[in-house]
Amino acid sequence: MNLNSEVLCELRSIVGGRGLFSAPEDLRTYECDGLTNFRVVPSAVVLPETTEQVQAVVRVCHRERIAFVARGSGTGLSGGALPIAGGIVIGLARMNRILEVDLPNARVVVEPGVINLDVTARISPAGYFYAPDPSSQSVCSIGGNVAENSGGAHCLKYGFTTTHVLALEVVLPDGTLVHLGNKTLDAPGYDLPGIFVGSEGTLGVATKITLRIVKRPECVQTLLAAFHSTTEAGAAVSGIIAAGMLPAAIEMMDNLAIQAAEAAVHANYPNCGGLLLVELDGPAAEVLARMKHLDEICRGNGAWEIRVAQTEGERALFWKGRKAAFASVGRISPNYIVQDGVIPRTALPDVMTEIARLSGAAGLRVANVFHAGDGNLHPLVLYDRRIAGQESAAEALSFQILELCIEKGGSITGEHGVGEEKKNIMSKMYAEPDLDTMQRVRCAFDPWLLSNPTKVFPRPRLCGDQPGEYAPHPLEIAGVAERF
Amino acid sequence: MHAEPANAEEVATLLRDADGRGLAVLPRAGGTKLDWGNPPARAGVTLSLARLNRILEHAWADLTVTVEAGCTMAALQQALAQHGQRLAIDVLWPERATVGGVLSCNDSGVLRLAYGSLRDLVIGITLVLADGTIARSGGKVVKNVAGYDLPKLATGAMGTLGIITQATFRLHPLPRHTLTLSLPAGTIETAQALLLEMQRAGLAHTALQLRCAANAGPHMDILLEGTEAGMASQASRIQGFAPFVEGSAAIWGTREEIAGSSNVAKFSVLPSQIGNTIAAVERFHDPHWRAVVQATGIGWLALSAPLMELRSQLEREGGSLMILRPPGTDAWGNPGDSLALMRALKRQFDPKGTLNPGRFAGGI
Repeated sequence: MNLNSEVLCELRSIVGGRGLFSAPEDLRTYECDGLTNFRVVPSAVVLPETTEQVQAVVRVCHRERIAFVARGSGTGLSGGALPIAGGIVIGLARMNRILEVDLPNARVVVEPGVINLDVTARISPAGYFYAPDPSSQSVCSIGGNVAENSGGAHCLKYGFTTTHVLALEVVLPDGTLVHLGNKTLDAPGYDLPGIFVGSEGTLGVATKITLRIVKRPECVQTLLAAFHSTTEAGAAVSGIIAAGMLPAAIEMMDNLAIQAAEAAVHANYPNCGGLLLVELDGPAAEVLARMKHLDEICRGNGAWEIRVAQTEGERALFWKGRKAAFASVGRISPNYIVQDGVIPRTALPDVMTEIARLSGAAGLRVANVFHAGDGNLHPLVLYDRRIAGQESAAEALSFQILELCIEKGGSITGEHGVGEEKKNIMSKMYAEPDLDTMQRVRCAFDPWLLSNPTKVFPRPRLCGDQPGEYAPHPLEIAGVAERF
Repeated sequence: MHAEPANAEEVATLLRDADGRGLAVLPRAGGTKLDWGNPPARAGVTLSLARLNRILEHAWADLTVTVEAGCTMAALQQALAQHGQRLAIDVLWPERATVGGVLSCNDSGVLRLAYGSLRDLVIGITLVLADGTIARSGGKVVKNVAGYDLPKLATGAMGTLGIITQATFRLHPLPRHTLTLSLPAGTIETAQALLLEMQRAGLAHTALQLRCAANAGPHMDILLEGTEAGMASQASRIQGFAPFVEGSAAIWGTREEIAGSSNVAKFSVLPSQIGNTIAAVERFHDPHWRAVVQATGIGWLALSAPLMELRSQLEREGGSLMILRPPGTDAWGNPGDSLALMRALKRQFDPKGTLNPGRFAGGI
C-alpha cells in the first residue's frame, strides 16, 4: 500500500526534503533490522530532527490512521523495528544530541538517537559511565535501548536500561507530548517509565531521555578460567553465588563459541570445553580479597587454567572475544540464528544436556554464549541456507530451545525483546488473561493501534472504548487482530 | 464489611462480586500505612490479605523468592537469612508490614542507594483485577523482557490497578560485615558539599544519610558492607574526607522514628538540592522539626507547618512532596502532564473505580 501524494507532501513539509524517503531504492535500507529474515518495505521513512517534527508526523499518522514504527540504529535482534506494510518508519538517528550533563546529580539527558557508547565517552573524563552495555553498544542508540530494555554483560550487578532511565519525554500515538517520571525519584503517580521502557515501541516515541549514570569503581579486575566442560564452569558459577559474591559480570562460552571467537578476533582464549569470564569491581582491597576467593572456587571446580588480566589492554582483549562472539560465528558457519532465552541459573547443566540432544537430533551445531550470572542464554544455531530445509530446521531448533526455557521456569527473551520474531511463542509463556491484561496498557496508550501495532503480542487487542465512530481497523480487516 | 480470602481465586471471586455490585474494595494487610495517600472517596469492603502469608519458594541457589502478599517482611527476611540472603530493602515496621503492602506503597529505606527500590527488586507478580481476572506477569528469572513490565506498574500504585496476591523478588547475599561511620557535619551548607563530594569519590558505601533537627547541626552517617579488609580500606579513605568515627547502627532507625510522627512528609529532591530543602524547612521555625535525607535525595520530615507551601517550592525545582500525616486534601502533589494517561490506565484496569477509589495521585 502506498501513501497518497497529499500525505507525502504533508510529511515533506514537516521534515523537509532531506528528511523524507519514499523512493523504493531508499526504502530498501529500512526493510529490516538486525533480524534479517523478516523484511517489509515501508511506504515512507521520515528522519525528524526535533521533538516538534516527531509530534507533527505522529499527528498526521493518527489523523490518517497510518501505522508507524520508530527506529534507532536498527541493530535490534527480534524484528522490533521491522516496518509495517503500508506504514511509515520514524528514524530517530538525526536526534542525536546529548542535551545536558549534570555530574553532581549523576544524570544525563539525551535525545533518542544518541549512541550508547557516546554517553560513556562524554562522561568518562569525569570518571562516570553509563552502565547498560549491550554488545552492540558502539552502534546501538539509547532510544532503541529504551524500547528493548537492553541489558548487557554488566547488568548482573548494575541492572538493565530500565534501572537507569529516570524520565522520558514521549510523543503518544495521538501526537500528545507527555513527560513520564521525573529527574527526582518517586514522582507522584504510576511508574510510567517502568512500563514504557521495554515496551518495544508499542506505546509511543521517546524524544528525550533522562539517564542515571554511575561513578566508575576504584578497581576492576577480570579473570578468565578454562574448564573441561560447561557443567564444571556452571558449578563454579554456583560456587561464586553461594559465596555471597555479586560480580559485575559472569560470562560463559562453550568450545564452539571459543573457536569462533578465536578465528575472528584472536582473543587468545584457551581451547577448552567451558570458559568463564568473571569481572569484579569495587574498592581495591575488596576486589583483591574476593579475587583470591574466586580463584579458589574456580580451581575447586576443575579450572585448569586461570588468567587475571594484568593490563587494561589484556582486559579489553578478554572482552573482545566475548563481545564479538555473535559476529564471530560467521567465521565457522555461513548462516546462524542468534537466540535469547533465560533459565533459572541452576537449571544450566540440564539445559546444556538437552540443547546438545536437540542439536544432535536436528543435525545442526549450536554454539553457546551465556550471561551465566543471570541465566541468560544466547544459543547460536549454525546452518547453511544453501542446503534445502536447513533454515527451517534451524528456526525450529531455536524455538525448541525457547520452549525448554519456558519449561524450566524461564523466559523467551532476556534482552533482545519479543518483537516480530517471538510474538507467537508469547502464548506459551503467558496465559490469555496475562496477555490480555498487558494489552490493557496498550489500550491506555494507543487505543488506535498505530504505534508498532503488530509486534510483541500474538494478536493485537483492539480496544473497545476507542473514541469516535466505529470503523473496522485495517488490522481487523486483514485478520491479524480482533476486537474484544 | 470485611473479607479475608485465603488465596488468589477467592480474592478474584470477592472482587468480581463487589465490582458487579458497585462496592468499593479497600485492600489491606498489616495496616501500617492505611493513612498514606488520600482517604478513600467512598466506604466499601475491606479486603485483608493477612491469610495469604506463605513463602512459596525460596530458590536460594538462584537468588529468588516467591512469596504471598500477606507475608510480613520480618518473616520473609528471617526465612531468607537461613540461607545467608535478604531482600535488599529496609522497610518501615517490618514486623507488621507485608510484602503486598510495601510493594503497593513503594516503601524504601537507606539501602536504596546501593540496591535500588522495590521496582528494581521485584521480578514477577500475580495481580487480581477488579473484574476478577488473575494476571501473572514477569516471572522467576532476574532477566526477562517478555511483554510489558506490570510488576513495575503495580509497584507504588496503592492497589488502584489490581490486588497483588504474590510476588517474586531477586535477592542479595547478606553482608558478612557492616560498619557505621558518623560525623557532625557542621552547617547544612558544608554537609551538602560533603555529601556531593562523597558521592563523586567512587566509594562503595551502601547508605549515606543526613540527620537534621531544629537547634542542632546536621549529622552524616555512612554504612559500609563487605569484607573486613575492604571495609577497613574504605573507612580510612572516608576518614580522609572528614573525621568520621564509628557510630551506632541504631541511627539507621531514624526514618522509622520520623515516620511515626503526627506531622510527617516524604520528599524527593535532586541530591544537589538537599541543602536548600533543609534550609527551607528551617525557615518555618518549628522548634521540633526533624528530617533524615538519603543521598538519593529522598527525605523524611516531621514538621508542623504549611506543607503545601514547601511542596510548591520543591515542585518548582523538579522535586515532590508527599504528605503522609495528617490527612488533607491532596497527599500526593502534582503528577504532571501524564495524569490523563494515568487515568486512562486506571480506566482500563478498573473501569468502575472499585479499587481504593480516590486514594491515589490526581484523585485516581
